[in-house]
Amino acid sequence: MIELDVNGTRHRLDVPGDTPLLYVLRNDLQLNGAKFGCGLGQCGACTVIVDGRAIFSCITPVSALEGRRIRTVEGLGTVEKPGPMQRAFMEEQAAQCGYCIPGMMMRAQALLESQPGADEAQIRKALTPNLCRCGTHMRILRAVGRAAKLMGSKG
Amino acid sequence: MTSRLAAALGAFAILSCTAPPPAPSGPMAPARFDAATVAKGARLAAMGNCVSCHTAQGGKPFAGGYALKTQFGTVHGTNITPDPETGIGGWTLENFTRALREGLSPEGHHYYPAFPYDYFTRLSDEDVAALYAFVMTREPVHAETPANHMLVPRVAVGIWNSKYFEPGRFRPDSSHDARWNRGAYLAQSLAHCSACHTPRTALGGEKRDRYMAGGEADGWHAPALNRETPSPRAWNERSLTLYLSTGLTDGHAITAGPMAGVVHNLAYASHDDVGALAYYVVSLMQGATGSAASSIANAAKEHPRGAAIYAGACADCHDRGRAAEGGALELQDAIALSLPTPANLIHIVRDGIIPREHDAQPWMPAFSGALTDGQTTDLVQYLRSMSGRPPWPDVAAEVRRIEGDSR
Repeated sequence: MIELDVNGTRHRLDVPGDTPLLYVLRNDLQLNGAKFGCGLGQCGACTVIVDGRAIFSCITPVSALEGRRIRTVEGLGTVEKPGPMQRAFMEEQAAQCGYCIPGMMMRAQALLESQPGADEAQIRKALTPNLCRCGTHMRILRAVGRAAKLMGSKG
Repeated sequence: MTSRLAAALGAFAILSCTAPPPAPSGPMAPARFDAATVAKGARLAAMGNCVSCHTAQGGKPFAGGYALKTQFGTVHGTNITPDPETGIGGWTLENFTRALREGLSPEGHHYYPAFPYDYFTRLSDEDVAALYAFVMTREPVHAETPANHMLVPRVAVGIWNSKYFEPGRFRPDSSHDARWNRGAYLAQSLAHCSACHTPRTALGGEKRDRYMAGGEADGWHAPALNRETPSPRAWNERSLTLYLSTGLTDGHAITAGPMAGVVHNLAYASHDDVGALAYYVVSLMQGATGSAASSIANAAKEHPRGAAIYAGACADCHDRGRAAEGGALELQDAIALSLPTPANLIHIVRDGIIPREHDAQPWMPAFSGALTDGQTTDLVQYLRSMSGRPPWPDVAAEVRRIEGDSR
């Protein structure tokens, strides 16, 4: 049995320790925000936050995550009450197909929580590991910039 | 990004504080250099990795400002563009030659030996002139070099020089062929390989009786390039040439850390010269004892926690037996597992292997957020065990040190 803390809720799971976190999120916990892209930590679609840092959930075994705080895009807000990062992405209409967006949001969220005043150069650098095949990079950058302002104005 | 001489005694001086005195001949105007000489100088400068220390992060090439942290303080690579006020625009060929071969500024003060004049002293007149033609035809950039913060005064360099600095040109070894001598010349002068690949004394001088026996650069281990090479697979001229010019030898090695910057530059060096360098270095490795017998089954038994992390985090890429394209090294062949210290392996696990912008190379993700220090330690101990070599003494402390340095 492995116990995982996801978005503040504890889950006891009967899964092998080398199972990637992504599979557990999607298959066992029905948290389908994080996506399977490459399965090799090369594309960023599976990005979630662990203890405040963005990680690739597809290459992180659950055995490494006991006692640690996992956050997924579902933890940023709801459809009724989207969080500032989610609002910013909607307001900038930053999604084309949308597959990369949860990963983008989680990596951006981790950045803005540790560096609230991040400028565009820092945002670009932080988002480098996350790929978008539709080419909505400019909108994504604008959305993260907007999120920085929204998060800042909330204090 | 890279520093050649983190363990050495400081770096290049600030040249910009005082204007150079008028020299009898005067610097040459760019138009007076012929294109072939400039092109040759460009290839040589790539061999010398000059741009790495003489360019700030995000700065203009050769305009200085790169901060080199050493155990003796922080020094900055200087502006070597031909800007008359902040660069070397006022330098004559004689000024330039003296700087390279004697480590002295036009005003006669010492440069800190992180500027590798103790290697460049062996350069031929012809190559010094080509390098001069190259730097003097760069775009002049007005950029003051930031102040150094050195614990050792510049005058102390004179004492260091009397102990460690042997001025003089390269002397060919007639018992070897011309290609070997070309490689030896480059390795011992411009390429300054042994600056990182030879261990140093507490005062930052090379241990001469341990030439190329492995040293340190920027917190990374620079592996031995002599018969003490820990490489699990023997290098040959072809594999080393490929590695030096592309950063990648299929199934054998991928460049990372400070060497990645060196390799990036070597792509622009003369291919014949890179081949000669490989030919020479491989000759130094002759008689290497080879690797230990690895046993993955034993490793898993001894380090079950590390083995579990490996299975979930690493095996998908490293255990698939795929062709090199898109696949990853089989780790029992990876040199990082066989080195005397775990530093390189910890750096790679934490920070991944991220190619420079626009370089097309395999990309290994960073695991610094995914794994705790304790988990990184478990994994590194397991991987070491996989190599069949004795355990590293204190992996946990090294993980903490590298984690601390990166903050």
